[in-house]
Amino acid sequence: MEANQILELIKNRFPDTIEEVVPSFDGQVGILVKKEKLYQVAKFLKEEPGLTFNYLADLSGVDFLGKKERRFEVVYNLYSLEHKHRFRLKVSLYEDESVDSVVGLWKSADWHERETFDLYGIVFNNHPNLTRLMMPEDYDEGYPLRKDFPLTYKYQEPFFTYDKERVLKSLEPVKED
Amino acid sequence: MTELNLDMEQERDILPESNIMTINMGPQHPSTHGVLRLIVDIEGETVVNVKPVVGYLHTGFEKLAEDKIYNQVIPLTDRMDYMSSHSYNMGYVIALEKMLEIAPPARAEYIRVVVAELQRIANHLLWLGTHALDIGAMTVLFLAFKEREKITEFFERICGARLTFNYMRVGGVNLDIGKPILDDIHAFTQSFVKELDTLETLLSQNRIWLQRTKGVGVVTKDQAIDWQLSGPMGRASGLNYDLRRDQPYGVYDQLDFEVALGVNGDSYDRYTVRMKEMRESSKLIKQAIEKMPEGPFIIDDPRFKMPGHKDRMLNIENLAHLFVLTAKGYPIKPGEIYSATEAPKGELGFYIVSDGTGKPYRIKFRTPSFVNLQILPDMSRGHLLADLVTLIGTVDITLGDLDR
Repeated sequence: MEANQILELIKNRFPDTIEEVVPSFDGQVGILVKKEKLYQVAKFLKEEPGLTFNYLADLSGVDFLGKKERRFEVVYNLYSLEHKHRFRLKVSLYEDESVDSVVGLWKSADWHERETFDLYGIVFNNHPNLTRLMMPEDYDEGYPLRKDFPLTYKYQEPFFTYDKERVLKSLEPVKED
Repeated sequence: MTELNLDMEQERDILPESNIMTINMGPQHPSTHGVLRLIVDIEGETVVNVKPVVGYLHTGFEKLAEDKIYNQVIPLTDRMDYMSSHSYNMGYVIALEKMLEIAPPARAEYIRVVVAELQRIANHLLWLGTHALDIGAMTVLFLAFKEREKITEFFERICGARLTFNYMRVGGVNLDIGKPILDDIHAFTQSFVKELDTLETLLSQNRIWLQRTKGVGVVTKDQAIDWQLSGPMGRASGLNYDLRRDQPYGVYDQLDFEVALGVNGDSYDRYTVRMKEMRESSKLIKQAIEKMPEGPFIIDDPRFKMPGHKDRMLNIENLAHLFVLTAKGYPIKPGEIYSATEAPKGELGFYIVSDGTGKPYRIKFRTPSFVNLQILPDMSRGHLLADLVTLIGTVDITLGDLDR
């Protein structure tokens, strides 16, 4: 099915849910839905006979710090094994907001959501085990993929002096802008 | 699902009578193929639950990619799955070509098929050798590596590198393949099939091999769909899903090949599927070499093509193009794409968000190992601890691919 037809089906079923339609490269279409309705829309996409998006290809977060009013987006790239079409579902969040987990629909969302939580700090409600995945469990320096997390630490050049305190101070990492 | 993610204490409360022991496997265990760590609950010798702990090789490629221009990300994709670098290069440049709306010349498309399918054979041979070694058949390792070495030598002749190639470019490939190399590869595809027969006589009817793999780690088709398995993992369970055929990219729709499928979804089926795939790959290589037209191997567009040495020394504009390409790259208009290709291990997806500059705003690598490994707890419950080694091997993970 063409992306536009899928869009029409969702529009008819959920009239006030779609906040924005995001056309993109290669004829792909994504929709931004209200976060309260995300689980319902996802369930509809999975179970509607003409759509059957039974394959969650990918789930990821994006950080739009300073670019958009609502900072985070969670992106669900869906695929249908029967009909061989793709579709993209998105939800937009403020920094302190959370979104429903889709583990109940697609099991592989488990690690994807844990990874997104780990690297962006986005909380997924009703996730069975939302802990850090890639970073160590006791890591407390923030969320690495956020745009305000520095890519590198700049180390000051150690210099020679007999003052031990000054040498130690010069070795402390300084965050780069 | 909820059972799977209970922590160890809760699990003990549920089974108070039983005698469960928790042991640690990895991250330095030789049969975990890298730095995978498993926390295994066993009762006697039977596995009750497995909890994979990943992230020991977390490299931060996604963060790093946001600070690099698009071309500089190609070497990063090499290093994700270092067993199938060509396929990862190809997946990434195909995503970029869709965003830039350009198409590579026909010769480049066929060259891509040749190297990508050679890479698939190399990946499966390495898998076969190490998997058989895990189970206890040592001869297979040497025979498989003997063949893999030939492929590695082809790669060395094609692009100068043996493991991380950085060969694909936006709009084509880096270097042309000469006729002598193509002839040698063509001859290899014929001799290789005979070598595969030898390998199969060692394993397919081998009693030990059958006992260790038949009925071990059965994944039904419904489970495979539920867990979004892809590649040989899914196809062995009868999940008829191959992106080369279902959403063809490059020239795969002009080539003739079959998709290998399994029936039972056990470790033995995954072995047969991979063996079949190697045969199909050698068929594909043969066809691609025979159909390969003459012509340019990279698009003739100064926006993307790095000018050669002679060009930039004789022409000031070419020199300017070189500076711009190296320092700033090419801008891509704002938008986003999800592009997927069939890597040897499964579906390899790139979700790229562009903000109109020469650097990607966000890249998410959807790697097959990451998704495929999630089924390990479900697959291994009820099996012996010794079978866990078989099961890790049969998923075919690369830790660089898993942790990124």
